[in-house]
Amino acid sequence: MREKPGIQHIISINDLDRSAIDTLLDEAKVIQQATSIERSLDGKIVALLFFEPSTRTRMSFAAALSRLGGTSISVDSIEGSSISKGETLADTIRVVSGYVDAIVLRHPCEGAARLASEFASVPVINAGDGAGQHPSQTLLDLYTIREAMPLDGIDVGLLGDLRYGRTAHSLAHALSNYDVRLHTIAPNGLELPANLVEQLKEQNTEICEYDSMEEILPELDVLYVTRIQRERFPDMASYAAVAESYRVTPEALGDVKESLAILHPLPRAGEIDPRVDALPYARYFEQAQNGIPIRMAMLQKVML
Amino acid sequence: MSDCEPRGLLIRPIRNGTVIDHITPGEAINVIRILGITGTTSECLSIATNVNSKFSGTKDIVKIENRELSKEEVDRIALIAPHATINIIREYQVIGKIGVEIPSVVSGVIRCPNPGCISNSNEPIKSRFAFNNGKLRCLYCDARISTDIASHII
Repeated sequence: MREKPGIQHIISINDLDRSAIDTLLDEAKVIQQATSIERSLDGKIVALLFFEPSTRTRMSFAAALSRLGGTSISVDSIEGSSISKGETLADTIRVVSGYVDAIVLRHPCEGAARLASEFASVPVINAGDGAGQHPSQTLLDLYTIREAMPLDGIDVGLLGDLRYGRTAHSLAHALSNYDVRLHTIAPNGLELPANLVEQLKEQNTEICEYDSMEEILPELDVLYVTRIQRERFPDMASYAAVAESYRVTPEALGDVKESLAILHPLPRAGEIDPRVDALPYARYFEQAQNGIPIRMAMLQKVML
Repeated sequence: MSDCEPRGLLIRPIRNGTVIDHITPGEAINVIRILGITGTTSECLSIATNVNSKFSGTKDIVKIENRELSKEEVDRIALIAPHATINIIREYQVIGKIGVEIPSVVSGVIRCPNPGCISNSNEPIKSRFAFNNGKLRCLYCDARISTDIASHII
């Protein structure tokens, strides 16, 4: 199967070049600055097919659509869908395509959104496929950075579980479109996968690896923090030891640049001390809010 | 005497079919797997491995009677035997020689090594990989295969 021609999908951040990313970020900016929102998707219906739990991504897509005048219909789990009766995702997508003007899909299998785009007769937006792609998250990450500083000529630190954290992978890929130096800080065994490091280097992205954050923190313009998951460790004690040494605290931020922006895809689980929330570096709640204009821009891009 | 019986040559000439020559030594069995020829085939099949070669020291050869390979089938072989040559035989004469060309996209030949990939589920799709610089990339989940491609053949 191949995608039907003439339909715009947003499946992977890797499908977007720098110009396409910049255009989406510009459109999100226009939306965010507008004093009144044009109901450009009035009368459009979007299926939110969420075959995996997600609260904020689903809510923010629904909110973004409502702000543009569109209506959403949704499936919240595999149990509540025809997939639980043995239907393939391909058939589900073909059927739902007949009901709506676009599909927003979250699915536990990697590549599910790509498959959906091959069977859909309406645009598909990937809202996360397993450990794979989650382009709206990456776009809102980029948007948040760009709101604080230009995307070129900056030093970005990626901290936490960089082996399994898909948001860090996608952001690293997306940043390779810009003149960015990447600094990775990860516990032993949770480093950025070697093949990803290789790909980034092939794209001429400068990348340095560190064991601890102290040595590089003063150099950073952006610190992107990700969750270190307990299940990656053999026991609670070894998790607690690692989690503590990678925790961002006001004390650890003593020598950082004034303009440092700290981002986190949320939810957090202790990686960032709540006392950091009050510091000017904290951008993660603003980052979550930026999901609305970004998703509005994405919905408009595929349907207008 | 049956058509397949040896006549003193390592592999005797075939009357009609395909000869795949200059296969990377040791890859003949994988070439047959790529072509979808199983142990229960009714085709007369000859395989020679580590045969002396004037050009490359040793090589493998596969001869398949009464089957002319398509261009698509031939190109799949390039994944593991990029220097192979394919001779189409009719009435003992070589009527066509095809060099293998590495395809940019390989469909339905390789199983994705990522167990979480949608191409490993019951969906009505074939696996698809982009082939570039000797490496394969899953077009569904982006998983990479850079070594031992043969072990991922379906």
